[in-house]
Amino acid sequence: MKIKRNIALSDSGFVFNPSTGDSFSTNPIGIEIIKLLKEGKNEDEVKKHLIKTYMTDEVTLEKDYYDFVNMLLKLQLAEGDESEAKN
Amino acid sequence: MKKMQYERPVIQRLNTGIMNKFGTRTEYAPVTHIDGNSVKELIGKYGSPLFVISEKTIRNTYREANRAFNTRYPKVQFAWSYKTNYLSAVCNVFHQEGSWAEVVSGFEYEKAIRNGVPGNKIIFNGPDKTEAELRTAIENGSPIHIDHLDELYLIKELSGEMKKRPRVAIRVNMDTGIYPMWDRFGFNYENGQAWDAINKIMLSNTMDLIGLHCHIGTFMLAPSAYGVAAAKLCDLAMGIKKKYNKNIQYLDLGGGFASKNTLKGSYLQGADASPGFDQFAEAISTAVLNAGFTEDELPLLILETGRAMVDEAGYLLGTVVSNKRLSDGRRATIMDFGVNILFTSFWYDHKISPAQEFSQYTEDAVLYGPLCMNIDVVREHVTLPPMKRDDHVVVHTVGAYNMTQWMQFIALRPAIVMIDLDDKVHQIRKRETVDSIVNEELMPGYLKTFKL
Ligand SMILES: Cc1ncc(COP(=O)(O)O)c(C=O)c1O
Repeated sequence: MKIKRNIALSDSGFVFNPSTGDSFSTNPIGIEIIKLLKEGKNEDEVKKHLIKTYMTDEVTLEKDYYDFVNMLLKLQLAEGDESEAKN
Repeated sequence: MKKMQYERPVIQRLNTGIMNKFGTRTEYAPVTHIDGNSVKELIGKYGSPLFVISEKTIRNTYREANRAFNTRYPKVQFAWSYKTNYLSAVCNVFHQEGSWAEVVSGFEYEKAIRNGVPGNKIIFNGPDKTEAELRTAIENGSPIHIDHLDELYLIKELSGEMKKRPRVAIRVNMDTGIYPMWDRFGFNYENGQAWDAINKIMLSNTMDLIGLHCHIGTFMLAPSAYGVAAAKLCDLAMGIKKKYNKNIQYLDLGGGFASKNTLKGSYLQGADASPGFDQFAEAISTAVLNAGFTEDELPLLILETGRAMVDEAGYLLGTVVSNKRLSDGRRATIMDFGVNILFTSFWYDHKISPAQEFSQYTEDAVLYGPLCMNIDVVREHVTLPPMKRDDHVVVHTVGAYNMTQWMQFIALRPAIVMIDLDDKVHQIRKRETVDSIVNEELMPGYLKTFKL
């Protein structure tokens, strides 16, 4: 899964999609996830980083991470990898 | 390195240019305490969900209502509408403040008697009063508000048999410009039914017609409708004076003032949309004072205000069971309370606050109850911070009708506590147990055993 290339992200959590004109707001951990994904980190790397940084456990994080990236796909801020896209 | 506090990641579309109808900052500001008591500790001690009643808020609201009417009209009497909340502790707060009782069934009548209300201060309303109940009410000198002709004839018969003059009023229904018109209770003003009933009572000469009653609707947002209702009751009272030379002792304007809740589909929050007691009092007292009574003929004004008197004093504390994502992407949060105990979520968008601190980020969500039923929706749209399992919430303005209309359906009903004026907590209803339900059941002998 990749964040679309032209998505703009501000440090205050404002997310803008120039190709649709839609804007979104996200919380600090949301910013962090989007940033890491934009940098090209894969799912495992992102999750490892979050577990190191936040007081949470793997099960909770797994559930919340999955929910969040699904929202990114749904809101068309991210796209699946080639292989996934073909289904 | 010290780890940071975790909050679930959330993202939400911003609708620029469109006012957010579903959330204001005050709505999701956390409410951690009620009258000095921590929500967390209350739940820890009495379980979740839990109804909490603020005695302070009841008394303040009562005094506000009383002041609004007493500063405008010389003779005012409130009668506590039992059906709105008949927990005895709640009733007795109202009785201590000076309220009579207003009941609509034999069950409620008996409850008022047990609470210690004198019989002549129990107003007996409602369409279904049994013969035995009417006998008791006649014996006790309770004002009986006659709903239909069958009841009128029965009372007349009983008065002869008991050699006692029942104290009666008629319930009048009328057009006050409000839709829908409540015309199924009592006798109609416009088509002459009310006059017909009055004539029958006066000519029987076995009952005392002491009052006139109406209850024009509930959650009324138009004070002017009460002005119309009061004027019509006054017109009847003046007519009775003229025709029978008899003074009517009281006019009972019923209940129905809107509370501070937000009706479903209403754009304004209830606190901004609902008129205050002053506006209702102004409309009613102006109409009665201008009707042409002499000073000593002025009737007592009775009010059976229910929801506006107690709604704000009630809170429901609850706990998050789970979070889900619906197929259309909406967040769904499942609570441990549903329409079974929060009946009024069918009518209102109840204000719901988180009971712990969060960052300022929020999500739009649907709040569901725990019942296995599609209708179990507490809020269709609500803006709340990202809550997780075991977090607590406070539902506001639930003091009216929930603790009487709740259902023992699927789950047991929760405990109720009252917080007194010194912020001390008293349990006023026990949490139900399986025994409370099963003890009422009887098992035929041949069904006692089975083999699987
Ligand atoms: C006769 C009568 N009086 C008073 C009330 C209390 O009404 P509310 O809670 O709307 O004030 C009701 C409610 O239905 C009623 O039927």
